[in-house]
Amino acid sequence: MNKNKEQLLNKRYKAEKRFRLYGQSAIFMALLFLTIFIFKIFSTGYSAFQKTWLIVPVTFDAELMMLEQNPSKEDLKDADYYDIALKSMADLDPNANEDQENELKRMVSYFFEREIKRELLNDPSLIGKTKDVYLTASDDLDQVFKGNYPRDLPEDQRRVTDYQLKIFDQLVELGKVESKFNLSFFTYPDSREAELAGIASSFMGSIFSILVCLMIAFPVAVLAAIYLEEFAPKNRFTDFIEVNINNLAAVPSIVFGLLGLGILLAVFQLPRSTPLVGGITLSLMTLPTIIIACRASLKAVPPSIREAALAMGASKMQTTMHHTVPLSMPGTLSGTIIGLAQALGETAPLILIGMVAFVNTIPGSPLDPAASLPVQIYIWAESAERGFVEKVSACIMVLLGFLIIMNLFAQIIRHKFEKKWS
Amino acid sequence: MNLILFTFIVLLGFTSYYFGRRKAYTIQSTNKRLTALPQFYGYYLAIWCAIPAFIIFSLWAIFEPTIVKLLILSDYSNQGYLDDELNLIYEKTKALSRGQFTGEITPFIEASAEKYLSLRSIAQSSKAVIVLSIIIASVAYAYKKISSNSRTREPVEKFLKAVLFTASLAAILTTVGIVFSLIFQTIDFFKVIPLFDFVFGTHWYPAKAFVRDSSEALDPTMYSDTFGAVPIFAGTFFIAFIAMCVAIPIGLMSGIYLAEYASVKVRQYAKPLIEILAGIPTVVYGFFAALTVGPFLKEIGNSMGLDVSAESALAAGGVMGIMIIPFISSLSDDVITSVPQSLRDGSYAMGATKSETIKKVIFPAALPGIVGSILLGVSRAIGETMIVVMASGLAANLTLNPLESTSTITAQIVVILIGDQAFGDPKTQAAFALGMSLFLVTLCLNIVALRVVKKYREKYE
Repeated sequence: MNKNKEQLLNKRYKAEKRFRLYGQSAIFMALLFLTIFIFKIFSTGYSAFQKTWLIVPVTFDAELMMLEQNPSKEDLKDADYYDIALKSMADLDPNANEDQENELKRMVSYFFEREIKRELLNDPSLIGKTKDVYLTASDDLDQVFKGNYPRDLPEDQRRVTDYQLKIFDQLVELGKVESKFNLSFFTYPDSREAELAGIASSFMGSIFSILVCLMIAFPVAVLAAIYLEEFAPKNRFTDFIEVNINNLAAVPSIVFGLLGLGILLAVFQLPRSTPLVGGITLSLMTLPTIIIACRASLKAVPPSIREAALAMGASKMQTTMHHTVPLSMPGTLSGTIIGLAQALGETAPLILIGMVAFVNTIPGSPLDPAASLPVQIYIWAESAERGFVEKVSACIMVLLGFLIIMNLFAQIIRHKFEKKWS
Repeated sequence: MNLILFTFIVLLGFTSYYFGRRKAYTIQSTNKRLTALPQFYGYYLAIWCAIPAFIIFSLWAIFEPTIVKLLILSDYSNQGYLDDELNLIYEKTKALSRGQFTGEITPFIEASAEKYLSLRSIAQSSKAVIVLSIIIASVAYAYKKISSNSRTREPVEKFLKAVLFTASLAAILTTVGIVFSLIFQTIDFFKVIPLFDFVFGTHWYPAKAFVRDSSEALDPTMYSDTFGAVPIFAGTFFIAFIAMCVAIPIGLMSGIYLAEYASVKVRQYAKPLIEILAGIPTVVYGFFAALTVGPFLKEIGNSMGLDVSAESALAAGGVMGIMIIPFISSLSDDVITSVPQSLRDGSYAMGATKSETIKKVIFPAALPGIVGSILLGVSRAIGETMIVVMASGLAANLTLNPLESTSTITAQIVVILIGDQAFGDPKTQAAFALGMSLFLVTLCLNIVALRVVKKYREKYE
């Protein structure tokens, strides 16, 4: 009898331990996913912040550039750089036949002409002389140099030919290949060529969309929250508004995209693919988030504050505007920043309103067509070129960086400025 | 021009605020008691200055183009043009007046362009005159009112309250906007495709419905067997099911552990870390699923002799499950923490172990709240777009094999609407019909879930 009891007790203790283990492993699993995730993004993405350059001697031959004696600055700008660019690439292998010369040309980006031109414009005295110029390597060679490209594939499955690899290896041995910080990733707009693609255009698109979103969503949401929390009578209509807000907070984001497409683009005829439309769509999505945050922090202001103000003869409006609302601002602001962070990561609605169009200029206003950072991730992820994989990861790192900064900022505002009522 | 007028109105508003307040001080200096603080006199005057002007201003902006168009086109009204042709003429006129017209300039259009320009300039100057006279009239009226030291605070506060109320209508307007944007296209769609075919058809090939020439007559038989949404609905629920298979056990158990077992320190670090998973943008999950999880599953499958598609439902659903973990864990954590301590104490007093208390007392008590949180998770899984677009297939297979690729409502909407759309094309309308069904399904789930959670909260408060 006693033994039976002990057995039962042991069984129950074991069950207890098992249950606890389940809980621990669930947490462990969730954190494991997070770690794998971050690790994977960083390990594929960090190399995109480096860029491979080929150092090629260029002879600035005035005759080949069609330049007269003593050219002016204008002449230099209009000169023909293609021939000397081509010649300097072909000179890498004096024995190259025509096909091989073509392959040599493809070892660098199609910007090589411009890079040579920039060199001469910086120093016009170079005419007739030879100088080593840094040229952006093609994305395939870039990947080879970073060790991301399997060299042992048969030649017909590679985009780099054996000949290119041979010349490239010679250059590496001579120390004529260099890896430097990839500034152009931040300053160039999108491009079809992975080695030239940058996030400047999508970054500006994101900034403009978020600004438009903030300018619309913040005032409307705060005013709405003040009304609902401080002034609204308890009736059916107020309940209806509340149900609407709670429900909007859970409507799938793509439905907002359909709203943008069906109303903003089709009915109001706003310009397609622009951050203006993107921002308006995102503001409708962020609205409930900010309203809910603002109401919560208005609710947290103790009634004694209101009663004190009313007792001093302030009207209801004065009490609210001078006392309750300022006290609730830290909570509202941190809720707003979190809502904006969500909007910054949103992709699907922006795709529907056409912000996936290929944009190779940097937008200067919310009315210019643009992409946004998450959409850029989508565009690059869909592209087949190997060079884009690391670009996607790098873009994700930039986006996550922004989200982390915004969330930290929200935390700081909350902890630093929020009054604790005891 | 508009910008100048706009700035002018704003400036006038500030000036009238200043004059209103000065008036209040003059009244005060005559030893009369003010009925409100001086700034309310200023606000009162500023509101009377700016609001009527802005109303006229915006009404003008809305109606001016329509009226100008009517006036221009009245010249052509008896010549038997079709509506489309009239629109074209109007566009040409506008382009010519802006000097951007490239094409043959007919004397007719030239005449209209001249008329257009003169009408525009008349409209602009009359707008400025009307707006300014309105401002003068309303400011004069308001100034007379404050001179008699009548009430100013009440009207100003009433106005502010009206503004607050209008802002709170934004949520309703958004919902109305969603319904409107979806409903017309959906009705048009069901005029061509019978509802029955959409709900019960098992073939989905929207690519077959190519862009139709508008002069061609509609032929419904052309689209039969094209827009059967069963594979899409099945795929949506299937992927959501896989996601919940990942999210419910992990989310629920971590919620329970955090609420009942974890020390303060563990809770302090583990909770925000898990919530990071909810803050990661979905496009990032999609990239992760497509680049890492899909090929990984394919490799494992191949080594076991299974034929796994690189874009399997399992990859998309699994990654979606990871995304939903934090929603379920933090909601159920909240729910469990709000179960009253007395229930736990009672159970411990009877000799129950902690896990027995959780399983037999706390879990049943918290069940409605947990179900609510799971429903919210399901609604999120159904509405999730980017993971499916990037990691699962785009072809709508009717299958229950998690290793094959399937498609979802959201993915199809994106596939159809990416790039240029032709409104009025059944393919575009199909996307809106899918959006409508998505909206309805998630709406029901949300309302039920929110109600359950609310009821539950009330029970223990």
